[in-house]
Amino acid sequence: MSGNGLSYSEQGAEAAADLGQEAAPTTGPSAPVAFGLFSSDTKKNEDLKQMLESSKDSAKLDAMKRIVGMIAKGKNASELFPAVVKNVASKNIEIKKLVYVYLMRYAEEQQDLALLSISTFQRALKDPNQLIRASALRVLSSIRVPIIVPIMMLAIKEACSDLSPYVRKNAAHAIQKLYSLDPEQKEMLIEVIEKLLKDRSTLVAGSVVMAFEEVCPDRIDLIHKNYRKLCHLLVDVEEWGQVVIIHMLTRYARTQFVSPWKDDEVVEEYSENNFYESDEEQKEKDQKVKNTYTMDPDHRLLLRNTKPLLQSRNAAVVMAVAQLYWHLAPKSEASIVAKSLVRLLRSNREVQYIVLQNIATMSIQRKGMFEPYLKSFYVRSTDPTMIKTLKLEILTNLANEANISTLLREFQTYVRSQDKQFAAATIQAIGRCATNITEVTDTCLNGLVCLLSNRDEIVVAESVVVIKKLLQTQPAHHCEIIKHMAKLLDNITVPVARASILWLIGEYCERVPKIAPDVLRKTAKSFTNEDDLVKLQILNLGAKLYLTNSKQTKLLTQYVLNLGKYDQSYDIRDRTRFIRQLIVPNEKSGALSKYAKKIFLAQKPAPLLESPFKDRDHFQLGTLSHTLNSRASGYLELSDWPEVAPDPSVRDVDVAESAKEWTGNLDKTKKEKPTEKFYSESEEEEDESASTSASESESGSESEKQDEEEGSSVDTSGSSTSSEESSDSESDSKESTAKKTSRAANESVSENIKKKAKDTSKKRNTSNSSDTESTPSEKSSSDSKSESDSKSDSESEKSVSATSTKKEEKQVHDKKASNKQDVFLLDLDDFYPVTTPVAAPTAAVLSTSLTADLEGLCLSNSSVIDVTTQVAVPTKTHELLHRMSGKGLAAHYHFSRQPSIFGDGMVSVQVTVTNTTDQKIENIHIEEKKLPPGMRMHDFNPIECLEPAGSITVPMGIDFCDSTQMASFQLCTKDGRFNVTIQPPVGELLLPVTMSEKDFKKEQGMLIGMNETSATIAVALQNSTRHVIIERVVKAANLGIVPSGQDNIHRFAAKTAHSGSLVLVTVELKESSTAQLVINTEKTVIGSVLLRELKPVLSQG
Amino acid sequence: VSRSVCDYFFEAQERASEAENVPPVIPTPHHYLLSVYRHKIFFVAVIQSEVPPLFVIEFLHRVVDTFQDYFGVCSEVMIKDNVVVVYEVLEEMLDNGFPLATESNILKELIKPPTILRTVVNTITGSTNVGDQLPTGQLSVVPWRRTGVKYTNNEAYFDVIEEIDAIIDKSGSTITAEIQGVIDACVKLTGMPDLTLSFMNPRLLDDVSFHPCVRFKRWESERILSFIPPDGNFRLLSYHVSAQNLVAIPVYVKHNISFRDSSSLGRFEITVGPKQTMGKTVEGVMVTSQMPKSVLNMTLTPSQGTHIFDPVTKLLSWDVGKINPQKLPSLKGSVSLQAGTSKPDENPTINLQFKIQQLAISGLKVNRLDMYGEKYKPFKGIKYMTKAGKFQVRT
Repeated sequence: MSGNGLSYSEQGAEAAADLGQEAAPTTGPSAPVAFGLFSSDTKKNEDLKQMLESSKDSAKLDAMKRIVGMIAKGKNASELFPAVVKNVASKNIEIKKLVYVYLMRYAEEQQDLALLSISTFQRALKDPNQLIRASALRVLSSIRVPIIVPIMMLAIKEACSDLSPYVRKNAAHAIQKLYSLDPEQKEMLIEVIEKLLKDRSTLVAGSVVMAFEEVCPDRIDLIHKNYRKLCHLLVDVEEWGQVVIIHMLTRYARTQFVSPWKDDEVVEEYSENNFYESDEEQKEKDQKVKNTYTMDPDHRLLLRNTKPLLQSRNAAVVMAVAQLYWHLAPKSEASIVAKSLVRLLRSNREVQYIVLQNIATMSIQRKGMFEPYLKSFYVRSTDPTMIKTLKLEILTNLANEANISTLLREFQTYVRSQDKQFAAATIQAIGRCATNITEVTDTCLNGLVCLLSNRDEIVVAESVVVIKKLLQTQPAHHCEIIKHMAKLLDNITVPVARASILWLIGEYCERVPKIAPDVLRKTAKSFTNEDDLVKLQILNLGAKLYLTNSKQTKLLTQYVLNLGKYDQSYDIRDRTRFIRQLIVPNEKSGALSKYAKKIFLAQKPAPLLESPFKDRDHFQLGTLSHTLNSRASGYLELSDWPEVAPDPSVRDVDVAESAKEWTGNLDKTKKEKPTEKFYSESEEEEDESASTSASESESGSESEKQDEEEGSSVDTSGSSTSSEESSDSESDSKESTAKKTSRAANESVSENIKKKAKDTSKKRNTSNSSDTESTPSEKSSSDSKSESDSKSDSESEKSVSATSTKKEEKQVHDKKASNKQDVFLLDLDDFYPVTTPVAAPTAAVLSTSLTADLEGLCLSNSSVIDVTTQVAVPTKTHELLHRMSGKGLAAHYHFSRQPSIFGDGMVSVQVTVTNTTDQKIENIHIEEKKLPPGMRMHDFNPIECLEPAGSITVPMGIDFCDSTQMASFQLCTKDGRFNVTIQPPVGELLLPVTMSEKDFKKEQGMLIGMNETSATIAVALQNSTRHVIIERVVKAANLGIVPSGQDNIHRFAAKTAHSGSLVLVTVELKESSTAQLVINTEKTVIGSVLLRELKPVLSQG
Repeated sequence: VSRSVCDYFFEAQERASEAENVPPVIPTPHHYLLSVYRHKIFFVAVIQSEVPPLFVIEFLHRVVDTFQDYFGVCSEVMIKDNVVVVYEVLEEMLDNGFPLATESNILKELIKPPTILRTVVNTITGSTNVGDQLPTGQLSVVPWRRTGVKYTNNEAYFDVIEEIDAIIDKSGSTITAEIQGVIDACVKLTGMPDLTLSFMNPRLLDDVSFHPCVRFKRWESERILSFIPPDGNFRLLSYHVSAQNLVAIPVYVKHNISFRDSSSLGRFEITVGPKQTMGKTVEGVMVTSQMPKSVLNMTLTPSQGTHIFDPVTKLLSWDVGKINPQKLPSLKGSVSLQAGTSKPDENPTINLQFKIQQLAISGLKVNRLDMYGEKYKPFKGIKYMTKAGKFQVRT
């Protein structure tokens, strides 16, 4: 949120501030000293280097401490970078920490060297200790080196499904950092945010909302489903998170609920000004809406859940709640925040300052709110001036007929204050009170006149100015005062005051006919010594007198005009010329001079004495912009209330749907990584854990039971769904999904929901099948039926194994959970990705993943693969453009794994575009390619026209330069342009190579040391067969299989598409179900990313 | 962010006549500088975009609190000496501008505070002062308490401290008076104790704010404080007794300060006496007053205690000590003004400090303290004290 490197600047400032207090010229002496010591500095660096390289931890630690000291002093320590980076893998935690501090400071300057440290972090990301994982992620994301963006992205994605909420929290922080490093990643990050928003942990909530605010504050749709959860969690979130969430929810509520003020506005006494709508509009609405307004229950929920936070010890939280109530609550309720705000006035001066500012704005609009606390705003002589002024401001705002007399007495004390600036402000405040409350105008005026005899010049001057303003409002009876002031003119030297008096005399010269010419005479004498401001008024006075009393003053005026003519200031010369032309009759003077009198002596409207806080109300309270009264960068406007509330049902999390979603999801995840996922979910949060795992297994077990006991009802639903399905080879697995879905739903809730679940599951299935149909191209590209068969077999096998694991679990939890079922199901909706409210997009999302999982059976038929075993390589389909964001145009892409026809170094990509609208889409083509340097792209031929529900697959080629950076471009149709990005998984950047075992070993021998990355992974026994390993590795990356002599070693070879560097992968199975994974390649970044991708692939059960 | 942004701050600092008048928020062309001023040090945060200013200010205060907790005092020298620890702490407290761990209990687990003993041990054994343990608290439901706390003496002390803020006018009548109270606790209990604290007269508390450990629901429904305390010292709650209730002012000040126009001498006389103290003695009385700029010197004789007048800052302070009701302390003498200047138009205000032991001026009383969740019997203690907060007498 706040700038990066906040901590450093803070440190720096602090140290510098200290110096600043000691001696004003801070930079003066220190700079030459540093320069003079330069030679000795380098020497010192040498021994620091030696210390860093020593084997003793204590020496290293000492060196690191000194380096950090250097950073703190602002010296450049960047030349030590190589020596420091070496220690990044140190076992000693303190050294490690200090190295991290150093890295964050200098990584951006020394990008190449910083890369050396990356692998350490990648290793640490897998550490069993969550603290180490978290800090590795923190540091990795703080290294601002663009090259590692893909690595960061991967790390974030992984971390956001970590079992430890602490790691997930850090993932949320990393999102913001990655976004500031590379805004291109926005889309992907939004996905991650969406996922994290569903997290139930209180630790995560604050951080992810922060990330949301930073990355995509306008995607309010992501909040809908999580709104209620956030409201409920709010109290338990840590205080900093609370602030962020409350601000976000304020904005959210302003877009989603109708105004609760409409009723009050008529009743409310002080709401003379309507905030955002004009009077007439409001009145009209009042007629209509009156008494029909009922608050949305969600709106009420928010208000209710934030109220306890007013009791927080954190001023920021209290302020946040206060602004929420101010902006959202009915006016009658908003006043409860006043008490808490007044309490904040007890704390530090800075807090006071901000809170008082906000109160000042509030008190203008709703006086009643703070009236009971009037006395809390009384000024103490020990307050700093800015606080005094603010308090005074509030007191003035609160003044009314009832309390004005006490206030004025209080003001009298202030006027005598030693702090003259404050005394002057008080006089202005009195003036404002006088204009606002007519009863006391005379009293105030008299008081002010008394002040005219004050000895202090500033006070007198200020009173003169204020009196002038007051007299203007009712000049009728105040000749005496004007006379008095004319006498004062001799003593007052402050220009503003002199000018004011002169203006007054000029304006009312007819009322003081005797004095006015005399004043002009006096001032004419001193004209040359006056301030510009006063000179202008003298000219004015002269002109006015000339018009009213030309007999006496003609000569005087002309004298003054002559003086003005040769004045130094062009303003005065201009004015003189203008006045002369206007009033002195000569032959050239036009028609205007006739009206001179009217022009000069027109009735002037009295000035309005207004609060300087008047115009602040368009800023959201409690924000920086409000404090500064100017837009700060990144300020988000608080929207007006909507006329009609948007559909509140978007926040509903339907029980049946969620159950369905959840089971569906469960199945899916099971298929991917059954065991791991299982635990990760069950350990979401400590208090939740029991319930989750229980309910999870619960539904499974129940479904099992139901199967046996009352299978009939289940069967109907099952068969009904299956009948609608396309009888594909995959139908098996899908059916099982569907069955489980409806079963779970069936048993979880009662009859009526059962129906709903059926409906939804039906809907989903149909959309699934339609999706299947809509991508025939993919299927047709799959080479042989037999392969797809084997594929589906393996799929079903997996799901079977998944069920078996489930069975074991469920027996344990079965009884425990059965009685709590309902509650769990309610909880679940927050737990699982409930994508979008409508059924249709849900289906779409599901179907993409399903297509990825089940359907994409396109085989890589590269000639190079020495097919010793039957290996099916499914193609993973990625979404390029969602049909919602593409106005009906959907696009998916997959990597066909064939050598590109468009040129060397290119990776071939198949793009499938689908028209989901009911109109033709014409002229689909690519525009505005934004590629990182070096990357090339070969477009597909423009598609002239795409029929409704039609779909077409076109080939294109992209040269990714062996990096996982994204290729972004615009997909254009006749009517729209959509930004899309393709990011290749590292495995797709490779082309398989055939080679013999001997060659492999030879090549491998040449790629050791730096070029080798390795990891030990756990491999379950059933996965250690040759078949499974090859299948999995080839699925994850486009590698060629190298025939192997040993049973326990599997080798794969490939070259990178762009540069043709060899990538050699060795999987060596060890005893006790571990395996050594070794990757040898010149491209270390690719190597390490690939290693990371392969690890989970092999280790999953 | 380059260091040069601070120049804007120094500029503002120079412009302000007093350190207190430096505005907390300073906009610069690209950044915003938010500062807090404590212990005569400015702590400045640089931010780039919109953020609730209180968020930053509150955080800075928390940083200062943490430093104070770590180093005992938060001074310039201390920060310079411990720059490494400071960096480590800040590193843990903040991640990319978002506060991470701000509970000092947790921080102390992550990074152990430096003590002389530990420095000695570290140099001998070569161990570090960074905890290698995972801070269990941060991940648990009670993030403020660490697990595995053990004490041989189990004790829980609560200090009820009330401060009177008041403005008394010339004639001695009270203009405003309100009571701000806090309950500071020092809890050293083994394990995970669950405490409840109840009051005799909870209705008295008008507005309260709690440490996050207090269960708000039970307060709402039963007016009972129920909480699992953090380990060590912490502020359990702070409350406010509103101005509507009449506040008993325990002292009075008689004063007679006058300057004459003609001569450069003025008269000065103050007497302090007790009033409504409910039989308790008023201790630690201290009178300070900021004299007008034109005052040159003061020749005073106190009947009791010592007094100092600083001719540079024009600050008069009189350390009275205990008030003996039989013999009221007074300070008498004359003020000499700069020759030629006219008499100051305002008499100085008098700030008063005092302490009354064993009395909560609002009448708040703790009823009982119970502990659940652990077997042993803790030693409990409650202390009351009334102090002057911002107590001013206008003259």
